[in-house]
Amino acid sequence: MANHDDASEKQDETRTGTTEPRKKASFALPVIKGLANTLAHVLRREPNTIHYPEEKRTPYPGYRGEHRLKRDELGREKCTACFLCATACPAFCIEIVAEEAPWDDREKRPRIFNIDMMRCIYCGMCEEACPCDAIELTPIYNIPSRTRGEKIYDKEKLLSL
Amino acid sequence: MTTADTIFWPVIPALKAVVILVVILHIVPGLVYFERRISAWIQDRIGPNRVGPVGLLQPLADVIKLAFKEDLTPQGADKWIYRMAPFLVYAPAVIAFSVIPVGIDLQVASFGVGVIFLLTISSFSVYGLAFGGWASNNKYSLLGGLRASAQMISYEVAMGLSIIAILMTAQTVDLNEIVRQQWGATTLGLVQWNLFQQPIAAVVFLVAAFAETNRLPFDLPECEAELVGGFHTEYSGLKFATFFMGEYIAMITMSGLMVTMFLGGWSVPWIEIPTSPTFGDVALSVFIFTVKLTVLLFFYIWVRWTLPRFRYDQLMNIGWKVFIPFSLLNLGLTATSGVMGWNWLIPLPW
Repeated sequence: MANHDDASEKQDETRTGTTEPRKKASFALPVIKGLANTLAHVLRREPNTIHYPEEKRTPYPGYRGEHRLKRDELGREKCTACFLCATACPAFCIEIVAEEAPWDDREKRPRIFNIDMMRCIYCGMCEEACPCDAIELTPIYNIPSRTRGEKIYDKEKLLSL
Repeated sequence: MTTADTIFWPVIPALKAVVILVVILHIVPGLVYFERRISAWIQDRIGPNRVGPVGLLQPLADVIKLAFKEDLTPQGADKWIYRMAPFLVYAPAVIAFSVIPVGIDLQVASFGVGVIFLLTISSFSVYGLAFGGWASNNKYSLLGGLRASAQMISYEVAMGLSIIAILMTAQTVDLNEIVRQQWGATTLGLVQWNLFQQPIAAVVFLVAAFAETNRLPFDLPECEAELVGGFHTEYSGLKFATFFMGEYIAMITMSGLMVTMFLGGWSVPWIEIPTSPTFGDVALSVFIFTVKLTVLLFFYIWVRWTLPRFRYDQLMNIGWKVFIPFSLLNLGLTATSGVMGWNWLIPLPW
């Protein structure tokens, strides 16, 4: 067993070349190269950062921000309270209470539809699970709040986004 | 000497001392701001620009923050030494600046042994680092202090040897005289700065100055990655600020010495040095000195944000195996050319 270990260590050493003593190189040239590089950055002055609250970056397409609930062409919520999103949610942040729908084309609609945004991990599984295309993630990412309660979005809030 | 002179003779030096002290203390926040902006540009960031116009009041905000921090003394610390240490770093740097001529014959203390006085006093700052590390009762601080003393001792040798070469050609230790000798052009049309006369000494001195002031890439005494904060791990509030000020003032002092020794000090290469300077001449010379100082301080910052920290063995290798032999070689070369009269190699001013 011990022999086997030794052999494997030796093999590793030869592969990575750590048994060779490292070449002693002068620091002078790399230092000058490095200085030239940083001076070029100082002279170019193209910052990659932005003045955040004044300037905002537009998120890339497909960015997963806060959720919204969609309405259909008649202005009704598309959601049929099927609970598929709540089932798919790995963070258990969606709370749905269903009620009977007053319309003929579906049986149920949500009476309560709460999403705890503090708990949500913005994975987008709810959006993928939804058979009615009723929930989607918007690119909105910068909505702070002063209390945790404000970050539990109810149905009205989600529909208005 | 009239009676008025006997009474008022300390007034002018005291005034000079106060002016220089106040100016240096006000350069430090400016330098901190300068450093933060340049570091941001090097890293493709914008840097502090919120506090005041283009962020100019940022250092003030930093100082206010530090002033309101709790002033901690760790349990088991040697209280007196712990309190004394920041000032042992800060005071030598300020005192050492007093001999640097910032204009035509304009310095706080003008006595013949300028260079030697400056080297002696600036070496004292290592006591501050070592005491701070020792008195904090913290293993990281202690290691930082030990590294500081080992590093300072190693690099002081190279620095001293490189300066001796300059003093040999100058035949004086008076800084104003050294500046005067650097005025004018050589036979090759070059400016007669010691930078071109003694390039090896200049490079050795430059690197040793980095090590002396504990600036990156030689900031092993405060090496964050290994030693938390090194010798000032336990320091907070204004004691930390004093350490910080000491480091920056040491940087200004070393840059000032470098300007004086190697870059022609307050002299302008094409303008004759007046024997009886007017106010305008003095103002011009102060301006020239400031410009040269700014360039060197920019270099300090530029290097800091370019190079990573050396490993400790690399630091010692460079110190003992590269810089000390090179400065000894330079010393030998200078001495030989002086004795043999090889003016083409190292021209002598006389």
